[in-house]
Amino acid sequence: MDSQTVAARHQDEIAHHEGEHPYYLRHHFETVEQQKEAVSFGMWLFLLTEIMFFGGLFMAYLLYRNWYYDAFVSASNTLGIGLGTTNTAVLIVSSFTMAMGVYCSEMRNRRGLMLSLAATILLGLVFLGIKTIEYHDKYTEHHIPGANFSIEDFVHPADKRDTALAPDMAQHAQIFFFLYFAMTGMHALHMVIGISILFGLLYQASKGAYTNGHTSIIDNFGLYWHFVDIVWIFLFPLLYLISRHPLH
Amino acid sequence: MSTIVRLPNQQDATLPKRSYLNSEYGLKSWLLTGDHKRIAILYLISITFFFFLGGAFAGLIRLELLTPMPDLVASDTYNKLFTMHGIIMVFLFLVPSVPATIGNFVLPIMVGARDLAFPKVNLLSWYLYIVAGIFTVSALVLGGVDTGWTFTTPLSTHYLNTHVITAAMGVFIAGFSSIFTGLNFIVTTHRMRAPGMTWFRLPLFVWSHYAASLLMVLGTPVLAITLVLVALERAFGIGVFDPTKGGDPLLFQHLFWFYSHPAVYIMILPGMGVISEVISTFSRKRVFGYTAVAFSSVAIAVFGFFVWAHHMFIMGVSNYSALVFSLLTMLVAVPSAIKIFNWAATLYKGSITFETPMLYAFGFMGLFTIGGLTGVFLGSLGMDIHLTETYFIVAHFHFVMVGGMLMAYLAGVHFWWPKMTGRMYPESLSRLAAVTTFIGFILTFFPQFVLGYLGMPRRYHAYPPEFQVLNVLSTAGATVLGIGYLMPMIYMTWSLKYGAIAGSNPWQATGLEWQIQSPPPTENFKEIPVVDYEAYDYEWLANKTQHEVTTVG
Repeated sequence: MDSQTVAARHQDEIAHHEGEHPYYLRHHFETVEQQKEAVSFGMWLFLLTEIMFFGGLFMAYLLYRNWYYDAFVSASNTLGIGLGTTNTAVLIVSSFTMAMGVYCSEMRNRRGLMLSLAATILLGLVFLGIKTIEYHDKYTEHHIPGANFSIEDFVHPADKRDTALAPDMAQHAQIFFFLYFAMTGMHALHMVIGISILFGLLYQASKGAYTNGHTSIIDNFGLYWHFVDIVWIFLFPLLYLISRHPLH
Repeated sequence: MSTIVRLPNQQDATLPKRSYLNSEYGLKSWLLTGDHKRIAILYLISITFFFFLGGAFAGLIRLELLTPMPDLVASDTYNKLFTMHGIIMVFLFLVPSVPATIGNFVLPIMVGARDLAFPKVNLLSWYLYIVAGIFTVSALVLGGVDTGWTFTTPLSTHYLNTHVITAAMGVFIAGFSSIFTGLNFIVTTHRMRAPGMTWFRLPLFVWSHYAASLLMVLGTPVLAITLVLVALERAFGIGVFDPTKGGDPLLFQHLFWFYSHPAVYIMILPGMGVISEVISTFSRKRVFGYTAVAFSSVAIAVFGFFVWAHHMFIMGVSNYSALVFSLLTMLVAVPSAIKIFNWAATLYKGSITFETPMLYAFGFMGLFTIGGLTGVFLGSLGMDIHLTETYFIVAHFHFVMVGGMLMAYLAGVHFWWPKMTGRMYPESLSRLAAVTTFIGFILTFFPQFVLGYLGMPRRYHAYPPEFQVLNVLSTAGATVLGIGYLMPMIYMTWSLKYGAIAGSNPWQATGLEWQIQSPPPTENFKEIPVVDYEAYDYEWLANKTQHEVTTVG
C-alpha cells in the first residue's frame, strides 16, 4: 500500500466523520438522506392519522347535516361570516409566512427564518383571538349547546317573513353548534399546539439552528401547519357557508 | 465472510460480555432508553402485569358463573368485572401484546436496522401506555366502570353513574400509544431495511406487522375522536349520540366499530406473523406460498376496514347494508384460510420437531381455525340473529383472541426468549405448560359455544339451572388455563438466572435476528448486513457454499 492510497483513505475517513456524520444525524441512521426521508415519511403518516381523527367529526357532520338540513342552515346563518372570512384570510397568510420560513431555512437566512416564524406566531394568535370573540358571541347569544341553549334565533331558511323554525327542528340546531364547537375547538387545539411549537422553533432559530443545512424540522413542522390550515379550509365552508343567500 | 447460518456450538456457548442488557445500569438507563430492545422489555413487564390483572377479573367472572344464582358478587359489581376484564385485555394486553414486545424487539433486527426509525417516539409510546394503564386502574380503584368495553351509547353517556370518562381517557391514550408503535413500524419497514433486504425477502413477521400497523395508524384515530365525543357528551350533556336530542346512537356504533373491528386484526395479524416464523423454523422449510401469505396479511388489513357493520346486524342497519357487510365479512375468511392452508402445506414433508413454540403454534392453528369458522356462522345474517349477544359470541372471539392471539404471543415469547435474555427456558416444563394451556382453553371455551347456541346471553351474572353443567365445565377449564398461564411466568423468571445459556442461534433459524449474539448488542449490528438470500432459506445445508454472505461479525 503506497502512501497515496493511505492518504486517500485518511481523507475518506475524515469525510466519513465530518462530512457524512453531522451532529444531527442520529446514530441509528446510515445517512442523512435516510434520516430525512424517514422523518418526512413519519410526518406524512402522522398527518394521515390526523385526517382520520378529524374524519370521525366530518362523518358526524355529514350525517346530521343530511338529517337536519333546515336546522343546520338556520344555525349556520347565525355565524358571523365577516369574522369567519377574516380568519380564513389570516390562516392562508400564515401558511404563506410558514412557507417563507421553510424557504429561508433552505436558503440559510436566519433573519428571514426568524421573521417568518414570528409572523406565523402572530397570525396564529390573531386567528385564536378572533375565534375567542366568536365563541364569546355564541355565549352571549345562548348558542352554547347543553348550557341554557336558546332556540329563539333560528328562523326558517326558506321563509321570507323570518318565522321561527319549528321547535323540534330548532332543537337540532344544538347538534350543529355541538359539531361547530367540537370541530373548531379541535382545530383551535391544534393551533395552540402549533403555536407552542413555533415558539420553541423561534428560540432555536435565534441560536442558529435550522439555517445550517439541517432543515428537516422546519420542513416537517411546515407540513403540520399547512395541514391545520387545510382543515380550516374545509371547516369554513361546511360550517359558515351553508346555503348563504346574501340578497335574501 | 461467513455463511448465512452459522451453526453455533451450543455446548460451550457463553453469554456475551457486552449486550443491550448490561451496556448501562440503573433505573434511569431503562426509563430514558431509546433502545428498542429495552423498550420491548419495559413493555413485556407492564403487559404481563395487565394480563394477570385482566385475568384476575376473568377468574372472578367464571367463579360467579359457577352457580346459577348471583351469590358471589352483586349484579352491578359483575358488570364492572366484565367491563374491566374487557378494557384491560383488549386495550392494554391484546392490542400491544405481540407488536410492542416481540415486534419492538425483533422487527428492527429482522429488517437489518440498528433501531426503529423514531426511538424517542417509541419510548413515548411506552409512557403513553403506562399513563393509559394508570387511568384505567384509577377508574377501577375509584369504583369501576360498567359500560362493557364497548362504551355503548346512550348507556355510557346518560344512564350510568360510574367512571366512564376516566376509563375512556385511558383507552384514548392507549390508542395513541398504539398509533405511535404502528407509525414507527411502517416507517422502519419502508426506510430502514438493510441493503439487499427487498420487500419479498422480509420475514413474514414483518409483513404481518406492517399490515397491522396500517390498521393501527388508520383506525385508532377514529376511536380516539369517538371517545372524545362520548366524554364531551357525558360531561356537557351534548346530544350527538343522544336520541332524545336528535343524536344517533347508531353513529356511535359505526364510529366505534370502524376502529374496533379492524382492532381484532390489529390483535391477530402480529400473532400470525409469529406463527409463520415458528412453523417455518421447526419444519426446517421455507413458508409455503410466501408471497400469498405476505399478501394475505395486507388483504386482511384492507378487508378488515369494510366489515365493521356486522356488529350491528340487529341494531337497525338497512337490509342492504347488512347484506353487503355479511358478504364482505365472509370474504375475510379467504385470506385467513390462505394462511392456515399455507402453514399446513409448510408442515407437509417438513422435518418437524415439537419444541414449545411449535406446540403453541399448533394450538394456534387449531383454535384459530375454529374461531374463524364460527366467525363465518356469525357473519351470516340469519344465524347472527339467533347467536348475537349470546355466549356463542363470547366463545367465538375468545377462540380467536385467546386461542389464537394468546397462543401466538406465548409461542413468540418462548421462541425469542433465548434471543431476548440469552438463556433457555426449561423445555419439558414449558411443553407441559403449552399442553395445559391448550386443554384448559378447550375446556373453558368449548362449552360456551354450546351455551350460546342454547341461548345463554352474555353479560348476565345469573342463568337458568339447566346451564349449570356447562358453566361448571367452563369454570373448571378456566382454573386449568390459569395454571397454564402462571407456569410460563414462573419458569421464565427462573430461567433468567438459572436457564441454560442459549448461544446466538439455538433454533438454527435463518432470520437476521439469529445471526447476532444473544442477547444482542445495543447497536444490533456492528456492520449493517448485506442481504442476498431469501427469507427462510433452510436449504442452506445443501448449498451453503453458494450462499455465502457478509453478515455481522
